[in-house]
Amino acid sequence: MNQKQRRMLQRIVIAFVLFVLLLAAEHTGRLERIRSEWLLLLIYAVPYIVIGYDILYKAARNIRNGQVFDENFLMALATIGAFGVQEYSEAVAVMLFYQVGELFQSYAVGKSRQSIADLMDICPEYANVENDGQLIQVDPDEVDIGTVIVVKAGERIPLDGVVMDGESLIDTAALTGESVPRKAAVGDEVISGCVNGSGTLKVRVTKEFEDSTVAKILELVENASSKKAKMENFISRFARYYTPVVTIGAVLLALLPPIVLGGGWGDWIQRACIFLVISCPCALVISVPLGFFGGIGAASRIGVLVKGSNYLEAVAEMTTMVFDKTGTLTKGEFKVTEILPVNGEASELLEMAALGEGYSNHPIAGSIREAYAKELDMNRVADAEEIAGHGIRVMIDGRLVFIGNEKLMKQQGISYERCRSAGTVVYMAYGKDFAGTIVIADTVKEGVKEAIRSMKAVGVKKCVMLTGDRKEAADQVAAQIGIDEVYAELLPGDKVERVEQLLAAQTGKEKLAFAGDGINDAPVLTRADIGIAMGSMGSDAAIEAADVVLMDDDVRKIALVVRISRKTLRIVKQNILFALGVKALVLILGAFGMANMWEAVFADVGVSVLAILNAMRALR
Amino acid sequence: MIVKELRKDVKMMKKKFKLEDLDCANCAAKMEEAIKKIAGVHDATVSFMTQKMTIEAEADKFEDIMKQVVEVCAKVEPDCRILL
Repeated sequence: MNQKQRRMLQRIVIAFVLFVLLLAAEHTGRLERIRSEWLLLLIYAVPYIVIGYDILYKAARNIRNGQVFDENFLMALATIGAFGVQEYSEAVAVMLFYQVGELFQSYAVGKSRQSIADLMDICPEYANVENDGQLIQVDPDEVDIGTVIVVKAGERIPLDGVVMDGESLIDTAALTGESVPRKAAVGDEVISGCVNGSGTLKVRVTKEFEDSTVAKILELVENASSKKAKMENFISRFARYYTPVVTIGAVLLALLPPIVLGGGWGDWIQRACIFLVISCPCALVISVPLGFFGGIGAASRIGVLVKGSNYLEAVAEMTTMVFDKTGTLTKGEFKVTEILPVNGEASELLEMAALGEGYSNHPIAGSIREAYAKELDMNRVADAEEIAGHGIRVMIDGRLVFIGNEKLMKQQGISYERCRSAGTVVYMAYGKDFAGTIVIADTVKEGVKEAIRSMKAVGVKKCVMLTGDRKEAADQVAAQIGIDEVYAELLPGDKVERVEQLLAAQTGKEKLAFAGDGINDAPVLTRADIGIAMGSMGSDAAIEAADVVLMDDDVRKIALVVRISRKTLRIVKQNILFALGVKALVLILGAFGMANMWEAVFADVGVSVLAILNAMRALR
Repeated sequence: MIVKELRKDVKMMKKKFKLEDLDCANCAAKMEEAIKKIAGVHDATVSFMTQKMTIEAEADKFEDIMKQVVEVCAKVEPDCRILL
């Protein structure tokens, strides 16, 4: 509780004690001895002023500023109205109850704002810079590129950079939701916002603070609340009409029946006051954005940044999921996936290939050497000769070896067996004898199959894969992970066209999401209803263009976000229905004289508090 | 602070301000409405959740516009302070 809230609590306690004393006096008949109405009013005015002076003051001030329909004015009018019809104790009680509700509301909102802020508490406060052998703390904003900073154990990494010295485990949970710490050694890149776990690191800064990961994330999150969901817009439009309409209703209720039907004013004025108390739309105006904010908070807790409530709303209606292949579903790293010797051991074939490619700097040669993973004795190799566009001709242990593609086999007149595996196929021959093949392919990311299964489980009807890759390679990956439709051999421009066709095939509220990582993907990310970018591997252009960013590139998180968004929307809808329902009910009961002030105050602040508590569930 | 060219003749500037004692969500909505009506303001958001206000307005008139913003906000919600 802050200072302001504590002061309010004191006022509530004092007013409550005074009020209870007055009630006790009233019930024991002591107040009946006071004959003067004015004196009685004055006595009740004491707790009323204690609890409500600020409301009265604000009401007067706001009227002067031309702000008529605000909460303070309505409460002041309603309670003064109650005084007018000589319901003194009710006037005090209503004001007291209202203030209790307001206090609770402000406390609850403060708490929830705090817990969301804690989730995003990734902003580093200082950077340690070495100066004449002494460490000084400076604002991360003032550190230039190339400066070496020292990050001690337990400190937050203030700026993006490369490790120059030291080794440590880094906790990336705040950014990626990943609980297993990542190892960082000399030469590794570290990103700002992570916490250095164990050892001291010396880091050379590679980006200025405003370009660093942490600054970008904070900016995204802060901007998220400005992109409003349809439901939020509906509520703010609704609120604009609701208050005046109910207030006019109150005026009519106070004036018309007594004039038309005749009789006392008191009862109708009291009913009108009930209207006034209910006319504040705060429960709605507060709980809807709070629910969405909670949902965005919950997503960021699992390492997914949603750039606005509108996207969270869209994710809930997602039925088609389109993936880019390389980098999104596959690792984008080429590895030896198959070794198929004609006869003999696979390890021997791989050893020969590794030796043969020993001097080559072609990426495929690198993949083969990496798969072999042992020290190469290059003394065994002689006369290596590259045949451009075909492969290599080399002598290994005095034996002639050919390593290359199909063209090389044809050129040398070797009868080879065609390999239909997806990926890049390397053919090998010892002399004129075909020795076997090695297949090098991109590897599917961990958990992709599971990710697609769980997406289907949450209601995604169709999973589509787009790729510029060869059809065989694409089909194999698709079959392996359970993709429904594949479009291969696409140019970057074709991807946009495909997505447009898929978008045209959508019906009604169905939404299409596209997940990709490359610079080429940016137009597609923008075009799709929901663009999902890979945060750690993705290009800056893709992250910028996307609506949702997966910080750790884990596509499994997509299904989780769908769940979070559905839950958030459910909560928001509950709040709207609940708040409107209770208000409508009390309005009707009030008009017929069946509701009292207490119920009216409950319909106002009570509903707000319940709606706020409900909205907080979205965070969990 | 971002300066971007929206139209050829008018430069827009986007700036963020912290708010203090913004206590009610409805007031935030009202402030936003009122700020949007000021001439020269392209877009404005008042976020109750983050207690921040973003204003996008014509760059050369920005200071002038901000004065009006402060005035308007003082009318709508006198308790709320804009930290300039």
